[in-house]
Amino acid sequence: MTAREDPHLDAAAYVLHALPPAEEAAFENHLAGCATCRRDVTAHERTAARLAAAEDAPVPGELRARVLERVSRTPQEHRPPARPRGRSLRRSGLRLALAASVAAAAVLGAVAVREHQEAEEARSQAAQAREEARTAGGAFAYVLTAPDATVYTGELSDGTRAAVVVSRERATAAFTARDLPTLPSDKVYELWYAGKAGDLRPAGLLEGTGGRETRVLDSPLGDAVAVGITVEPSGGSAQPTTEPLGVIPIGA
Amino acid sequence: MPHAPETNAHLDALLLRAADGDRKAFADVYDALARPVMGLACRILRDAGQAEEVTQDVMIEVWRTAGRFRPDLGTAKAWVLTLAHRRAVDRVRSVQASRDREVRAGMLSADRDFDQVAETVENSDERRRVHHCLKALERLQRVPLVLAYYQGMTYVEVAHALSTPEGTVKSRMRKGLDRLRACMEAGS
Repeated sequence: MTAREDPHLDAAAYVLHALPPAEEAAFENHLAGCATCRRDVTAHERTAARLAAAEDAPVPGELRARVLERVSRTPQEHRPPARPRGRSLRRSGLRLALAASVAAAAVLGAVAVREHQEAEEARSQAAQAREEARTAGGAFAYVLTAPDATVYTGELSDGTRAAVVVSRERATAAFTARDLPTLPSDKVYELWYAGKAGDLRPAGLLEGTGGRETRVLDSPLGDAVAVGITVEPSGGSAQPTTEPLGVIPIGA
Repeated sequence: MPHAPETNAHLDALLLRAADGDRKAFADVYDALARPVMGLACRILRDAGQAEEVTQDVMIEVWRTAGRFRPDLGTAKAWVLTLAHRRAVDRVRSVQASRDREVRAGMLSADRDFDQVAETVENSDERRRVHHCLKALERLQRVPLVLAYYQGMTYVEVAHALSTPEGTVKSRMRKGLDRLRACMEAGS
């Protein structure tokens, strides 16, 4: 068992910002459901903040004026509203992917869904999903119907739910999200494979036309431990040029 | 520019007011925390120009996202300095290939970082305590902590630089922080 497999041990490295991006995202997912880890993180943060508070350097006087000027025209983010689970689930648009994976699991493989409740709801949709998966087209169905197809879900920074379906056996993965915001015509969504050391490889582009976006990721899947998504100039980039909208850990 | 010592509770209240759009309260938060934010950014980036950019970005992000501050989960000071550390580490990772950092890393540079911390932190009781507690750690725990916190290395990079298994590095980071906390609490 490697260190990466017990997220309870990650709180210190997380607070030191010493987890590679994929593991950091995985730990944050875990954190949401682990009160012990949240307590550890809070305690470690207090300690780390004391290291920071001991630092001291003169700040150029004009920086204050510059910051206050920028602040005067920077809108504040609104507090994220509490999202009742059931409601966000019904809107999540992940039924196809979730249910398809449940359908696959029913035959052979394992299913990794973050919330049991989602799995339950998905189960009721399994028959429909099996039908949809059959008609969804070759490459996508090839992932969905793999015996080891596993779905990993995550939430993008704007609240959009997304899923990555992975078949290690078939060395292939697909990304799906519904209600991705529409992008201006000179922008696209770009998907990335994240390696264990935090290295990123392009995994394909999505038109920013809004609505449901699904695609099979470019090969090779390799040893990717997460899939990320950013907004890039049309044509895509070799390395991300913007902050990721989200990173979905996909095991390893 | 005023640098009146702000109590934690006072700073918490200021940040909550800033979250409601109070720019005067935000200016007070800036005055209380700009120096440690800049100091931390300088320490990690080793470049005053970049540290200034990071300080600016951090402060604007503090304003923009102040609504996320939860006083029941920690102090405003910890919240801002955690954000500052995050941004400084992101920056150092984007400007240096990880290889370079690994080459520069290792035990020697961790010790040098530690000595530099010692130099600048000796001028107040709080700072003396931080130094004392870092020094009191076993070196095996101190070095991974210093490489991660002050150089922005991931535990994977630290493990590689020190030829130590990844799990061991993580657990030393954890023990290091635990002991640091015990030492700091004993002295305050």
